[in-house]
Order: sequence, then C-alpha cells, then structure tokens
Amino acid sequence: MSSVRDDLGPAVSGIEGERLLAPPLRPAPGARRRRRQGGFTPYALLVPSLIVLALITGWPLIQLFVMSFQKFGREQIFGAPPEFVGLGNYAEVLTDPEFWQVLGRSVVLAAVCVVATMILGVLVALLMKRLGAVLRTLVSVGLLLAWAMPPLSATIVWGWIFDTQYGVVNYVLSNWFGLPFEGHSWLIDPLSFFFVASIIIVWGAVPFVAFTVYAGLTQVPDEVLEAAQLDGANGVKSFRFVVLPVIRPILAIVTILQVIWDLRVFTQIYALQSIGGLAEETNTLGVYIYRVSLGSGDFGVGGAISVIVVLLLAAVSIFYVRRSVKEEEL
Amino acid sequence: MTALASTSTQASTAPRRRRGPGSARRRAGSVFAGIAAVIVFFASVFPVYWMINTSFQPNAQVRGTELHFWPDNGTLENYTNVIFFNERAPFLPALANSLQVTLLTVVVALVFAFLAALAVTRFRFRSRAAFIITILLVQMIPAEAMIISTFRLMDSWALLNTVAGLSAVYIATVLPFTIWTLRGFVNGVPVELEEAAMIDGLSRSQAFWRITFPLLAPGLVATGVFGFIQAWNEFVFALVLNPRPAAMTLPVWLRTFLDPNGGTNWAELMAGSTLVAIPVVVFFLIVQSRMTSGLVAGAVKG
Repeated sequence: MSSVRDDLGPAVSGIEGERLLAPPLRPAPGARRRRRQGGFTPYALLVPSLIVLALITGWPLIQLFVMSFQKFGREQIFGAPPEFVGLGNYAEVLTDPEFWQVLGRSVVLAAVCVVATMILGVLVALLMKRLGAVLRTLVSVGLLLAWAMPPLSATIVWGWIFDTQYGVVNYVLSNWFGLPFEGHSWLIDPLSFFFVASIIIVWGAVPFVAFTVYAGLTQVPDEVLEAAQLDGANGVKSFRFVVLPVIRPILAIVTILQVIWDLRVFTQIYALQSIGGLAEETNTLGVYIYRVSLGSGDFGVGGAISVIVVLLLAAVSIFYVRRSVKEEEL
Repeated sequence: MTALASTSTQASTAPRRRRGPGSARRRAGSVFAGIAAVIVFFASVFPVYWMINTSFQPNAQVRGTELHFWPDNGTLENYTNVIFFNERAPFLPALANSLQVTLLTVVVALVFAFLAALAVTRFRFRSRAAFIITILLVQMIPAEAMIISTFRLMDSWALLNTVAGLSAVYIATVLPFTIWTLRGFVNGVPVELEEAAMIDGLSRSQAFWRITFPLLAPGLVATGVFGFIQAWNEFVFALVLNPRPAAMTLPVWLRTFLDPNGGTNWAELMAGSTLVAIPVVVFFLIVQSRMTSGLVAGAVKG
C-alpha cells in the first residue's frame, strides 16, 4: 500500500486487487493546506456554477416559498393573479389528517428501511472480511450488479417477481410449498405493498453500505484483533470494542445518508403504484406532493407540503453537513 | 493489493496454527460463511437474472403455467417489438433524448464543477466556507419538493418538453455532487507539483494544464460517469417536465409499458428494463473502484 492520499475516504471496493486507500490521516497541527490569495480569480471560477444554481435551484426555491403562501390553482397557471393567503395553506396541510398519515407512513418506512439496510449491510461487510478471495469476489460482483440497477428497472423487475398471476414468488410459494398463494395480490394491501417496497429499497441500498463499511473494516489493524482474541475476547466482544470504534464515523455518515434517501424515496413507490397499488393508501411524502400539486392542481398546498419536506430534510442534513465540514478544514 | 491478500491469508492460517482444538469450530464457521456468501450472491443477482431470463422468452410462455429458469425457447422478439414496433411511445426517439440530455448534462456540469472545484481547493477567499456549506445543503433538497416551481420556471421559459430544459435542470441537480467529488480529486494533487513546475519556468496556467490536469483525468472520468448515471436514471423531473412521447427520456418511456389493470406485457417490459439498465451497469462496473469519498459525500442513488 504505497499511495496514501489524505483527502479521500476509504475506497469503496470489495474486489481483490482493487486499489484500497488508507484512512484519512489526521493533519498535523499547523500543517494546513496552503492556498493562494487569488484576488478576483476564485470568484470568476465560481460564476458559471453560481449562475446555474441561482437560476435553476435558487429561484424556484424562492418561488416555492412564495407560492406556499398563495392560493395557487389551475386558474393561476393560466394567468389569473394569485391571492395571498398567509399561513392558510400551512393551516390546511397541518390540519389535514391525510398529511399526518403520509408523514407517519414515510417516517416508519424510512425507519424500517434504514435499520434493515444498516444491519444487513454491516453483516455483509463482516462476511466479506471473513471470506477468501474467490467467494469475496463472487459476493462483490453480485452486490455491484444490484447496486448498478437503475431504481426504476429494479422496481419493475421486483413488481414482476411479485406479480399476482405469473410472479415467481406466488408460483414457488403455491407450487413448491403448497401455500395458498395462487393469484395472491401483494400490492393491494398497503402493509404488504410496503413490505415489497422495503425489499426493493433495501435490496438497492445494501451494496452501498456493505462496500463502504467493508472499506472501513479493512482499516482495522489485524494485530489488534489478534491481540484481542488472545486476550480471550469472543467475536461479539472484539466487534464491540475493537472494530466498532474504528468504523463508527463511517457508520454515522452512511446512516444519515440512508435516512435522507429513504425519507425522500419517490421512484420505487410511484412505480409500484403504477404496477398495482392503491395510491391513496400508499403515498409517501414525495409521491404525495406530486399527486396534490400535479394531480389535483393545488399548487399552493403542494408548495406548503414541499416547504415542510425541505425543512424536515434540512434538519436531518445538518448532521451530515456538520460531519462533512469537520473533515474539511474550513 | 498484495497487502490485502497477505492479511487475508494471515487471518485464515495464523490462528489455525496457533490453536489446534478450536480448528473444528473454525472450519464450521467458514462453512457457515461460505453458505452465507452464496445466499448473499443469489439474493443480489436473482432479480437481474430473472429480468434477463424473462426478456428472452415469448410472452405466451411467460404467461404460462410453468416456470422457466432458462429461456429454452429463446427469442429476440421482445427486443425487436420494444425497439421497432412500439407506436405508443417509440424507443429510438426516447433513446436519442436520453443520450442528448445525459451528454449535455455531463459535459456542462463537469466543466462548471471543475472550475468551481479549482476555486475551492486552490484559492483562499472570503465566503469559501459558505459556498461549500451551500453546496452540501443544496444536494439534500429533494427533487420532489422542487417539481412544481421547476415546472413553472421551465413553462415560463417555454422549455417544457425540450432537451435543453431538462438538461438545464439536470445540470443544476448534479452540479453540487460533481463539485464536491472533484474537490476531493483536485485536493489529491499536491500544489507543490505545480509550484515545482513554476520554478522550472512554466507560468501558473501552463503548470496547471501540463502537470495537474493530466493527473486529474481519471477523477474527471469517474465523476463524469456518475453524473451520467444520475441523469440517465432520473425519473421525477423527466416525468413532469418532458411527458410528450417525442420528448420522453428512457425511464419515462419504460413506464408507459406499465398497466395497473393487469394487461402488462411482462416479457417486453423486461426487455425494455434490460435495455435501460445495460449502459448504467456497464459504466458502473468500469468506475466503481475509482469512486471513493465521493460516494459517501454524494447522492448517487436517490
């Protein structure tokens, strides 16, 4: 391991022979990276990005905020002046029991998916650490394939696997195990719908967690682990006291990212509804915004929900940003 | 590399030599690990295998009473039907749209992000910290929350159902992630290299283009590919901003096959899914080893 680059995290790779990077070194005190005082140049370099972000992200964000205080329906889209309603939209959203149902549903779904993803991801990472080269390559290739599948393709394929009439799951359960699953609809019942949705989300997310945690595990010094074993620590104990402290920062950041991604899940839920779920009973926050604003044409209320979701995610993101900024010397 | 290989052999042989009595338990443990590995492999691969398997079978066989774990009556008709005979939403225009939008997004985002990454890594200036925090925060804004106002913006610029409009939105979407990742790569090239070249008589920009830039090429490729994957897979904005068949991208095209009333042609749908997935999988396998901190930092899978 000759190349040590102190700016990159551990390489996300489980394949034997791939480049693995050492963990970031703590910068020695006083050894700050030297940067030029560039006068006007840095601002000039930032201009293109700033223009794009201001026009296409910033401006709509402001519009969204303004719109959330307006009565904004189909007439307004066609030119009627919007009427200012103060906090009316927010009051409407926050007193609507459906919003709370959707919010609760999203939070529970995200919680289940994050917990399942993290547990499975860490277990697979630990497994990869134990395996020999051949089996580890096999597992890596499988995980990479799952990781690379576009979310929409993945959802459609899982929808096919769980299909009511011709799905392989129903076939195997009824023909091989003699269970009454012939013609069973997995998507019509909301609970079962979210069971399938969780499988799709977790299946797509485990590879990322597994590779990242595995990269962290390779940084645990073998000598320390052996010493712990010689001192009589069993597997659980050496994980708890030797491995966990090393990978804790990685676990923290990966968990935050999973929370953010799973709270805002759209494609999987929307596509699964198109395959055959009851939309009213299975909406999550992202899909709900889509249906309220573009489905019913109530852009003001949709805007209010959007602002609430942005604030919710911003609150979660603060942890992520603080951690990332801590790594960076600002 | 070698270090990895040697540590794994150490881990497997050294303890066995040291303590004989525990070896039976150890062997049982590695059998268990082997079984777990095979299960993980099959659980990961099965949907992909099933998609490809179904895509090569005639629809009548797919809707039959028997399961076929191998496309025994293998046929390409699903692919030809999907590609050439799909009048509702033709494939080739959708492919052309996807390619144009994706390429435009990647090229523009890379150039803009590269400049910004240089500013952030190589210069000290006021509001540098504010810019980095903004980049990290913007990355977390969910697309779903932005669809309404983005729709109105594109509508007011008459850019709905256009390649330019969707590309512009994608550029803004991938830009924060691209800047953040490139920042890591630029940081990895020591300034001292450039300074040494400047002592040898190159100007600052010459030093940059001749010394630093070639070292950054792999990072640019990897970051570009991840921008490609994000743009290629994007679904929400494409659905809202470009719904016309002539302006659709591939994910929206794929959705037109879904029929909630049970009339879905699964064999063709699997052929379509395979076609959409192939470029992503290929590119993903090429660059996955290069992507390091960027993945932890960015939002590749949304």
